[in-house]
Formats: sequence, structure tokens, C-alpha cells
Amino acid sequence: MIRRFAPLIIFAVLVAAFGYGLTRDDPRILDSAMIDKPMPEFSLPSLYEPELMLSDSMFKGQVSLVNVFGSWCVACVQEHQTLMDIKQSGAVPIIGVDWRDTREAGQRWLARYGDPYDSVIFDEDSLLAIDLGITGAPESFILGKDGRIRYKHVGIITREIWSREIKALVQALQNEVPS
Amino acid sequence: MRAVLFIVMSLCLSIFAFAAPEDQDIEIRAKAVGHSLRCVVCQNQSIEESDATLAEDMRRLVRSRMKKGDSDAEVIAFMRDRYGDYVLLKPPVQSNTYILWFAPFVLVLLGGVWFFVAARAKVATQEVAPLSDEDRRILDAVLNETD
Repeated sequence: MIRRFAPLIIFAVLVAAFGYGLTRDDPRILDSAMIDKPMPEFSLPSLYEPELMLSDSMFKGQVSLVNVFGSWCVACVQEHQTLMDIKQSGAVPIIGVDWRDTREAGQRWLARYGDPYDSVIFDEDSLLAIDLGITGAPESFILGKDGRIRYKHVGIITREIWSREIKALVQALQNEVPS
Repeated sequence: MRAVLFIVMSLCLSIFAFAAPEDQDIEIRAKAVGHSLRCVVCQNQSIEESDATLAEDMRRLVRSRMKKGDSDAEVIAFMRDRYGDYVLLKPPVQSNTYILWFAPFVLVLLGGVWFFVAARAKVATQEVAPLSDEDRRILDAVLNETD
């Protein structure tokens, strides 16, 4: 009896395994290798002031939200209102990374949709983006007071994701006493 | 005007022909390394094959790190630190990939064992049933018919 049904059982097990593996989650979202690592070292100009160099030391001492965007990024427009709301609530300072953009286009885009960022790092050649393991925009990181990356979100931060996942994490990190 | 443009353009092209030997060396190494790194945007292409802008930047980064003196292994480790094992087109042999690497050999082995065991079992159980009296009578009748 078992003999007769063995091929069918093996087939069913394979179907189940592939079914699970292929539908599990979006294969475009990679597990970040960056969680709990410090913010990579960088020295890049500000979007607004080419002479002003920003570096990783800017993240020390406060919890921050780092948001990678670009004026070419369609999904970023969708995300933008949430970032504006976060800015207005004053929950956490937001640092922008204008990725693979031109200064003019980046500045125009922020003038048009509003600027939720406390400062904007201008990353023309993906130097910081690759250091952060970015695969697309928008992507966001939450950094602890010590400048370590504590959370990564690939894709749009919706209001729901903000209030369900990120807000509480930000508050917890802000209450953390730096050791 | 055209002639000037032509000369300028051909000079631009000739830069590649006169590239320093170490640049060529780096280019060869960068190509080899680039072919082993996955473009994280278009996931089944290497960064050498992909037209994605991120792949373009990664190619440039590979070359600039090599110019600064990184070995091939160091460049690969650099990418792996940032993008994880996923950035390697050939998965490394390590505890979470043992199934991937060894399952085919184990399956072939098990299949082979099963095949030989089954074949032997079949030979052992093949018994010829003796002819019954009735069979023999019919057989004799047939054989004698032609005489």
C-alpha cells in the first residue's frame, strides 16, 4: 500500500515545499546584513550646500530616521506625506539621503513636495547607498543614540507601518540610557 | 570643426588602447569579481551584465577599491558585509547551504542503493511455478500436433 503511494507522497511533499518557498515573501526584500552594525563611515556633501561635508558623526547622541530617496523615485512621492507628518509631530529627526540624483532635481523635488529632512546627504555615486546595502528607494533606517543601525524598512513607510512598527521602536530607543 | 571633433573623439577612444598595464590588470580582475557578484536590483544578473544604475555604481566601486589595493577576496568580503550572502552568485558552502550543495549527491546515492536493493529482491523472489498436470497435458498435445 505504502509502496504504491510513495511517488504520490513524495510529489505532495515537494509541492508543499516549493509552494512554501516560492510564496513565502517578496524575494526582492533581502535580509539586511546591516542590523546592529554602526552607521558606515562616510563624508558626503549636503544637498543644499556643496561645501558643507556631512559625516557619520552627525548621528551620534540622538535617535534618527535615515531615509534614502531620489527625485526619480516614484514610490518616494507616495511616502513623502508620512515623512512630513512625522516631521510635524517632532517624533524623530529625519535625515535624508538623496541618492543618484542631481542637485537641481533633488532641490526642486523637495521644494515641490515639502522638505521633512533635518539635513540631506547628497549621494550621487551610491557611495553611502552601497555601504548601507541599499537595493532600491525608498529605504529607511532607524539609528540608535550610539549611531548603530537598529531597524531597516525596505519600501514605503505608510502611516500604518509608522504607527504599528516604527513609532514604538523610536520611543524605546529614545528612552534607552546610553551605556 | 568636424575634423577637430573627429580628432578629439579618436583621442578619447585611444585612451583605452593606451591604458596602463596595471589598469588592464585591474579591469580583468574587476570583470572576474563582477561576474561573481549579483546585481541586487535585477537579481539573476551579475553586476557586470546588468544595466541597472546600482550595478553600474557597484562596478565602479569594485574598480576603485582594487585601485586602492584591495585583493579580490577583500572586495567580495566588502560587498558581502553590506548585502549578505545573497550578493554572491555562487552560494558559499556553509552550514545553511549544506542541503543545497549535498542533497543532489545524497539523492543519487539513495536512489542507487534503492535501485540495486530492489533489483536484487526481484531476482530472489522470481520462482517458476511447476506445471500442473492439466498444463502438461495441453503442452504435450500441442507439441505432438506437428508430428
